[in-house]
Amino acid sequence: MLAWTVYISFIGVLVLMLLPAGRARLARIVALLAALIGLGIALAAIFQREPDAGIETITQRAWIPGLGINYFLAVDGISLTLAVLTGVAAVVGILFSWNVEHRVKEFFAFYLALIGGVYGVFLSFDLFLLFVFYELAIIPKYFLIAIWGSTNKEYGAMKLALYSFVGSAMVLIGIVAAYVVSGAKTMNLVELAQYSFPASFQHWAFPLVFVGFAILAGLWPFHTWAPTGHVAAPTAASMLLAGVVMKLGAYGALRVAMTLFPEGLAEWRYAIGLLAVIGIVYGATVALIQKDFKFVIGYSSVSHMGFVLLGLVTINTIGLSGAVLQMFSHGIIAGLLFGVVGRMVYDRTHTRDLPLLEGLGLGRALPFAAGTFAVAGFASMGLPGFSGFAAEFQVLLGAWQAFPTFAVLAGFGILVGIAYTLRVLQKAFFNEAVPSPEAQAHPLPPISVPERLGAVILLGATLIIGIYPNLLLDLIGPSFSSHLFDRLLREGRPF
Amino acid sequence: MYLDIKYLWLIPALPLLAAGLIAVTRQPHRRFAAALAIGAMAISFILACFAFAGTLGRSSAATSFHETWNFNWFQIGENWFRLGWVLDPLAAVMLVMVTFVSLLIFIYSVGYMAHDENFTRFFCFLSLFAAAMLGVVIANNLLLLFMCWELVGLASYLLIGFWYQKPSAAAAAKKAFITTRIGDVVFFLGILWLYSQAGTLLFYDGGSGCLEQNALNELATRATIAGLAVSTGIGLLIFCGAIGKSGQVPLHVWLPDAMEGPTPVSALIHAATMVAAGVFLVARVYPLMSANGGEVSNWSPGIHVSALTVVAWVGAITAVFAACIAVAQTDIKRILAYSTVSQLGFMMLGLGVGGIAVGMFHLITHAFFKALLFLGAGSVIHGCHEEQDIRRMGGLKKYMPVTFATYAIGMMALSGVPLFFSGFWSKDGILEKAHEWSGSHWPATSSVLGVLFTPFHLGVFAALLTAFYMTRQVCYVFLGNYRANGHASAHAGEAHAGSNEPHESPRVMTWPLIILAAFAILLGFLGTPVWPWFQSYLNGIAPDFEFGRLFEGPVLFTLALSTFIVTAGVMLAWWLYGQKPIQSDEPDPLERIRPEIFGLLRRKFFIDEVYEVTVIRFNAWWARVCDGLDFWFWNGLVHAIGYLVVGLAWIDQVFDQFVINLGFDEGCKGAARGGKLLSRLQNGRVQDYLRVIGVALAVLVLVLIWGCRAS
Repeated sequence: MLAWTVYISFIGVLVLMLLPAGRARLARIVALLAALIGLGIALAAIFQREPDAGIETITQRAWIPGLGINYFLAVDGISLTLAVLTGVAAVVGILFSWNVEHRVKEFFAFYLALIGGVYGVFLSFDLFLLFVFYELAIIPKYFLIAIWGSTNKEYGAMKLALYSFVGSAMVLIGIVAAYVVSGAKTMNLVELAQYSFPASFQHWAFPLVFVGFAILAGLWPFHTWAPTGHVAAPTAASMLLAGVVMKLGAYGALRVAMTLFPEGLAEWRYAIGLLAVIGIVYGATVALIQKDFKFVIGYSSVSHMGFVLLGLVTINTIGLSGAVLQMFSHGIIAGLLFGVVGRMVYDRTHTRDLPLLEGLGLGRALPFAAGTFAVAGFASMGLPGFSGFAAEFQVLLGAWQAFPTFAVLAGFGILVGIAYTLRVLQKAFFNEAVPSPEAQAHPLPPISVPERLGAVILLGATLIIGIYPNLLLDLIGPSFSSHLFDRLLREGRPF
Repeated sequence: MYLDIKYLWLIPALPLLAAGLIAVTRQPHRRFAAALAIGAMAISFILACFAFAGTLGRSSAATSFHETWNFNWFQIGENWFRLGWVLDPLAAVMLVMVTFVSLLIFIYSVGYMAHDENFTRFFCFLSLFAAAMLGVVIANNLLLLFMCWELVGLASYLLIGFWYQKPSAAAAAKKAFITTRIGDVVFFLGILWLYSQAGTLLFYDGGSGCLEQNALNELATRATIAGLAVSTGIGLLIFCGAIGKSGQVPLHVWLPDAMEGPTPVSALIHAATMVAAGVFLVARVYPLMSANGGEVSNWSPGIHVSALTVVAWVGAITAVFAACIAVAQTDIKRILAYSTVSQLGFMMLGLGVGGIAVGMFHLITHAFFKALLFLGAGSVIHGCHEEQDIRRMGGLKKYMPVTFATYAIGMMALSGVPLFFSGFWSKDGILEKAHEWSGSHWPATSSVLGVLFTPFHLGVFAALLTAFYMTRQVCYVFLGNYRANGHASAHAGEAHAGSNEPHESPRVMTWPLIILAAFAILLGFLGTPVWPWFQSYLNGIAPDFEFGRLFEGPVLFTLALSTFIVTAGVMLAWWLYGQKPIQSDEPDPLERIRPEIFGLLRRKFFIDEVYEVTVIRFNAWWARVCDGLDFWFWNGLVHAIGYLVVGLAWIDQVFDQFVINLGFDEGCKGAARGGKLLSRLQNGRVQDYLRVIGVALAVLVLVLIWGCRAS
C-alpha cells in the first residue's frame, strides 16, 4: 500500500502533463489531490503498523537479475516517519504555491516528480533503486529553481545541482565499490549490511559515502549550496528543500553509509561530530548578521541539520532517535519559516531585505503572518512544547554520553539560535514602524485561506509532536533494534 | 476537602486553557477575555487552597511529606522517560502564593490596561505566564520543570515587549530573553549531566528519584574535576539557571530593563513570581545542592564546599551590589527593580546559609510586599500621567492617600521596620543564619578579609542600603511639593486634558493594594522566632509557641542589630532628603557630596557597557568572521574549483577543436571526397553506364583470355 505514495505522485505527474494548457485551477487541484492521497496513505500506514514489526517488505521483484538488483521497497519506523514528513510537506507546499501563475502545469508536474522521488528514496531497501530515486529527486529541483525561482536563480540552481551531483558521484563510487568488494552479487541493503567489509576498505569508503550524502544535509563546510539555493528557490521549492531534500542526505548517511561501514564510522565519528558542531554554531552565528530574510532561515537550516548529524554519530539509541525526530521536526519548522518568508511576506512586499522590511510595520499589516512566524520562531529556537525541543533534547542527551564537549558547544549554538531568531522576528515584524500613509492606502493583500490552512497544519504538527513525541518515537526507537543496525550499534562505537 | 494528587494538573491547566481560548478571541471581546482569565485564576486559587489544606499536618518527623503522580512521556530504548507532578509543602506554599498574587494582579490589570488596544492579548499572555509558573511549581521532573521554566521565560519576553512599538521595550524584551537563556543553557547542560549520572530526572519516584537518598549518595561520592563531587558540579550548573532567572550577579542586567513592560507585568513577573522561580529552583533541588560526599568535596583544608557555599556568596554579593545601584536611580520602577535584585540575593543567601525554610519565607513575604510596591508604583505612574521620574513627582501624599498609605506599608516591610512588618522577620531570619554560618564556614583564622567580609556583613550592609533607598524614594515621591507642574507630560491623554493634577486611581486598582498591604503585615507573624509556623511547616515538624526564644543570644543579637541598621538607614535618608522639600532642578544631595561615586552608581557600575564592548562586540565580530569565511573562503573555494573545471573544459575544447575535431574533420572530408568521387559513377546517364559496362566487359574478356593463355 505504501508503495502507492510513489506511484500516486508519478500518476499525478502524468495527469498534469495531459491536462490542457491554461487550466491552472485544475492543475492545482490535481496536484493537491495527489499530495493528499500520498499523505493519507502514509498516515494510514502509521496506524496499521505494529510497534515491533521491524522491516516490512512492501514489494520485491527482480529488476536486473544478472547484477542482483531488485525492485525492493520496504518500510521501517524511520522510513515511515520521513514518509509522513514528506506527505505533510508536499501538501503544505502546494497550499503555499496556490498563487503560482507562471506555467502552472509544469510547476506542479516537477513538484510531484520531486515528491515521488523523495518517497522512493525513503522506501527503497535496494541500494541501486535508492540511488535511482535519489537522482530522480535532484533533477526536478533544478528546474523548479531555475524556472520559478527569484534572486540569482540560475546560479543558485546550478550550484545546488552541481553540489548534489558531486555528492551523488561520491555515493555511486562507494556503492559500486561495496558491491564489488562484498562479492555477494546483491544490492540488497539488509544483506549488504550483514557483510563485514575489510577495515582498510571501510576507512576510505565510509567518508566517501557519508560525505557524499551529507553534502545534501548541509554538512559544514559543504553547506554553501544551502543558503543560496534556498534564496533562489520559489517558496514551495525552498520549503521542500529544507523540509525533505536535506533529510534525504541525512537519511542516506544513516541508512547507507553508517549501516554498511560501521568500522569506518568508528574511526571518523569524532571528525564528523566536530564538523556537525561547527555547523551548529557557525550556521547560527552567520544567520545573526544576514540582511536577506531567507538567508537567515537558510543558515538556520544548516545549524539545525547540524543537530541531526551530531545525533547520528552519537551511535546510541537515544541520539539516533533524536536525530530522526530532529529530521522530522526541522522539516516541519523550516518549512513553515520558509512559507512565511517566501509566500506570506515576499510575495506581498517583493522584498526580503530586512532593513526595508523594518520600515513596513508588518506586525500590524500582516498580523497572521507575524503571529505564525513568531510561533514558528519559538519552535525553531527549541522552546519546550514544540517538536524541536524534544528532538534536540534527545540529541544532546545522546551527545552528552558520547562526547560531552560537543554537547556543551552545541548548547551554545542553541543560544546563538535564540539571538538570531529574536533579531529577525523583531526586525521583520515587531518594530516601532507603522505602515506609511501610502501603504495604508494600498494595503497588502490579506493572508489567503490556503496559506492559513498550510500554516495551521504545520503548527499543529510541531505542537502535537512537541507535546507527545512518543507518537513518532514509538516508530523510530524500535527500528534501531532491527538487524539492519546490528553491526552499526555493535561496531560503530569503539567502546 | 483535599485535592486528589491526580487532579493537581488542573491548577496550571486552567489558566493555560484560558490563555488558549483568549488567543482565539477577537480583540473587541474585552470583558470576556478578562472574565475568563480572572475566572480561571480564581478556580486555580481555590484548588490551590485545597491542595495546601491537604498538606497540613501530613508530615511525620522522619520524612517530609510529598505525593507524586508520574506518567510516561516517551520511550528511550527499553526505558520510559517519565514526567510527573509533586505536591509537598514547598509546592503547596508556592501554589497558593502564585495563584493569589496573580489573581489580585489580574484584577488590578483590568483597571490599569483599560485603555490599551491589545487588552485581550495582554490577558492571554498573563494567563500563559501563570500557567507556566504553576507548572514550574508542581513539576516532579527536572525536565518538565525546565520546560515550564522556558515557557515562563517566553511569557516574560512577550510581556516585556508588549508595547513593542517602543524600541526600548523591544530591546529590553530581547535582552531579557537572551540573558536568561544564557543561564538556561548551562542549566540544561546540568540536566543532561544529571540524567547521564542518575538515569532519571524525576525528583521523587518511590525511592529511585534523583532527589532521593540512593541517588544522592551515589552522586555525592563520585568525584569530578577539581575534586568536586558530581552532585556539586550538577548543582552549580543548575544554579546558573537560577542566576539567570532570578537576576543574580552577573546576569542581573536584564531585570531592571524589564521594567519597560506594563506595570502589572513588572509586579507579577519581575517582582513577585517569575524571578522567584530561581529561588524556588534552588529550594526544589536543595537535597542535591546540599549533598555532601565528605572527603571528595574538600576543596582545600578547612573549607567545606558544596554548591550551597556558592549560592550563599552569589546571593550576598548580589544583595549589596544591587542595593548600591538602587541608591542612585531616579526611575520609580527601576529603584524597585534593583531592590528586587537585591532581595532575591537575600533569598539566595537565606537558602545558602539556612536552608529551604529561611529562603522561602523571605520569598513569600517579598512576593506580597513587592507586588504591593509595584502596584503602588503603577498607581502613582497612572495618577501622574505616565510619569516615571521621581524627580518630577513629590507631594503625592495629598493627592493619592490610599496609594500613599499602602505604599508606606510596603516600603516599611521592604526596609524591615521592626516587629510589625513581614520583611523584618523574614530578613532577620536570614541574617541570623548568615551570622551562624559565617562563623562556621569561613574560618576567622584564614585572613583578615575573612573576618571583615562575610556573607553576614554583606547582608547587613545591604539591609542598611535598603532602608536608605526606600526612604529616599518615598521622600521623593510622596513628600514635599508636586514638581511636575510646568513639565506637562507629553503622554497626558485626552482624558486628562485640562488637569495636570495627579489623581487617585480607581477602586479596581486600590483594592488589590489594600489586600496586599494587609498581607505585607500579617504574613510576618507566621514565621517569627516565637511561633515559627512557616519554617516548621516546610520542614515537616509541628510548630510550637515559645516566647522565650526571642531572648536567646543569637536571636536577640540579630534582632537588635537589624533594628539598629534599619533605623540608621531611615534616619540617614530622612536627614538627606526628607528635612526640607526637594526642588525639582537641584541635584541629588548625594551627588553633591561624592559626584564620582554617585555617577558610578547611577550608571550601574557600567556593567551594561562592559558587556556591550566585550560579549556583544565579540559576538558580532565572530559572526562577521564566519560570514566572511563563508563568502570569501568556502564560496571562493567552490568557485575556484568551478573555474578550474571550466578551465579544464576550455583546454578540452581546444584539444577537441584542434586535435580530435581536426582529425575527425579531415577524416570526414576525406570520406566526403571519396564519396563525391564515387558518386560520379552514379550520375544516372545510361550512356555512361553502358560505357562502363562496355569497358568492364572488354576488361573481363581480356582478363579471361589472359587467364586461359596462362593456364
